Amino acid sequence: MDLGPHAGFILASYGLCLMTALILIAWVRLDKAAQEKALNDLADRGIKRARPEDRSSEAS
Amino acid sequence: MTSWAMALFQRDLRLSVRVGGSALVGVLFFLAVVTVIPFGVGPDLNLLARIGPAILWIGALLATLLGLDRLFQADRDDGTLDLMLMAGRPLELVVLIKCLAHWTATGLPLVVAAPVLGIFLNLDPVSMAAVTATLLVGTPALTLIGAIGASLTVSLRRGGLLLAVLGVPLAIPVLIFGVSSADAAIRDPVPFLTPFLILCALSLIAAVIGPIASATALRFASD
Amino acid sequence: MAFWDYANPTRFLRFVQAVLPWLTGLCLLFFAVGLYMSFFVAPEDYQQGDTVRIMYIHVPAAWLCMMCYSVMTLSSIGTLVWKHPLADVSAKSAAPIGAAFTFMALVTGALWGKPMWGTYWVWDARLTSVLVLFIMYLGLMTLWRTMEDPIKAGKAAAVLTLVGALNLPIIKFSVDWWNTLHQPASVMRFDGPTIHPDILWPLLVMAVAFTLMFFVLHLMAMRNEILRRRVRALRMRAASAAQPAPAGAAQPAE
Repeated sequence: MDLGPHAGFILASYGLCLMTALILIAWVRLDKAAQEKALNDLADRGIKRARPEDRSSEAS
Repeated sequence: MTSWAMALFQRDLRLSVRVGGSALVGVLFFLAVVTVIPFGVGPDLNLLARIGPAILWIGALLATLLGLDRLFQADRDDGTLDLMLMAGRPLELVVLIKCLAHWTATGLPLVVAAPVLGIFLNLDPVSMAAVTATLLVGTPALTLIGAIGASLTVSLRRGGLLLAVLGVPLAIPVLIFGVSSADAAIRDPVPFLTPFLILCALSLIAAVIGPIASATALRFASD
Repeated sequence: MAFWDYANPTRFLRFVQAVLPWLTGLCLLFFAVGLYMSFFVAPEDYQQGDTVRIMYIHVPAAWLCMMCYSVMTLSSIGTLVWKHPLADVSAKSAAPIGAAFTFMALVTGALWGKPMWGTYWVWDARLTSVLVLFIMYLGLMTLWRTMEDPIKAGKAAAVLTLVGALNLPIIKFSVDWWNTLHQPASVMRFDGPTIHPDILWPLLVMAVAFTLMFFVLHLMAMRNEILRRRVRALRMRAASAAQPAPAGAAQPAE
């Protein structure tokens, strides 16, 4: 596939978009890991949520 | 009904003019900004005359936005804000009056100083008058827009810069129409009145949106 | 109604868990088709040559940065009017994603502008409005970061988002006005109906793919935010239990 004389610009813009998307995905994944780790740490220290599954609204 | 409004206006005005107030710092900042620009762009008088209205407007924008951080914070620190919230007066009106007092203390001096600083920038009398007129109409809008930022950052210890960052995008229309109506008076691509009237409209819009939004934000910040 | 059912964060998390794999798969499928179409199917423009292929990511990114602000505006109304407990979570997690899409639109616009206009940046009305939008996203994110209490920060950010939503049309109008004053000839324009179907189809597929990507990321970021608030609430409860305060600082769970 020949992208003509401006191939660099096309590839650069696709590449930069891909990079931005990957950074977003990485941020979301790492953030999730960090929060779950914090929750697990708290659970290990015996601090849990009072109503883990929220039964009151489950019943309704 | 106007007695409490007058009392509030006079109180705010006195507080900002007396010792401990910061009314004149804004003008000094304005002077400093305008003085520093020729060192940046060079002392070419023709260039300065061309970009003079823009310099004056940007200086006024920065001076207004950076001077607003104490608008509600001082009242919050000593508890006056809570009294105002509980006084049963419409908070939107309170905010409007406070903005008016603040503008009289800090915005009006900028307008008065603009012709003097215009001399430094080699402005001719027509454009000097035009810039002064646009600043007179436009700076209230800047104060009212900045008041939104001031009320959002009221609970932060150092909200000054954040206030400016939040306020600048909202102030862009005012800047555009202020500078272009000043420009229109000199080199007329469009008649002076068109952008000038839009600038007036922007100030009126800001007089509605500003108090409503900052009153909402102040209510949320207090509870 | 579904809208109120998912006010319960636990239930919302379960909904995310169920929906996310399908949404991600659909998003990848659309991206595969869209990228294939934009590189191999779509013809090159007779004027712009292959550079027109940048359009297939530039236009969806620009569309998404507007849509993301609309989502934040709706969420802010949800925060202020209905006090929906997930509305400020939604607004907060949409802001960085919107900023990222705005960044994409700006970068691809600049990279498209260099071969077409001969310069990376022109103070064109559309680019300038997007730049202002970018600053507004960053300002909102900063406001979120500077406030300790997520509920208060949510309300403050909601007020700012709504003021921004009211101001965006004014900003757009004034930037357009300013632009016609300074450079009367528009450098390039899209007249909607005249876009050829060969170009339109890849564009639409890519737009759907970008929109799906937004929703995937948004749901994931919302889930993270809910977990973050849980961690915060648990830590505060642990702290107040360890050091009994006179007025038992009862912290709501979410």
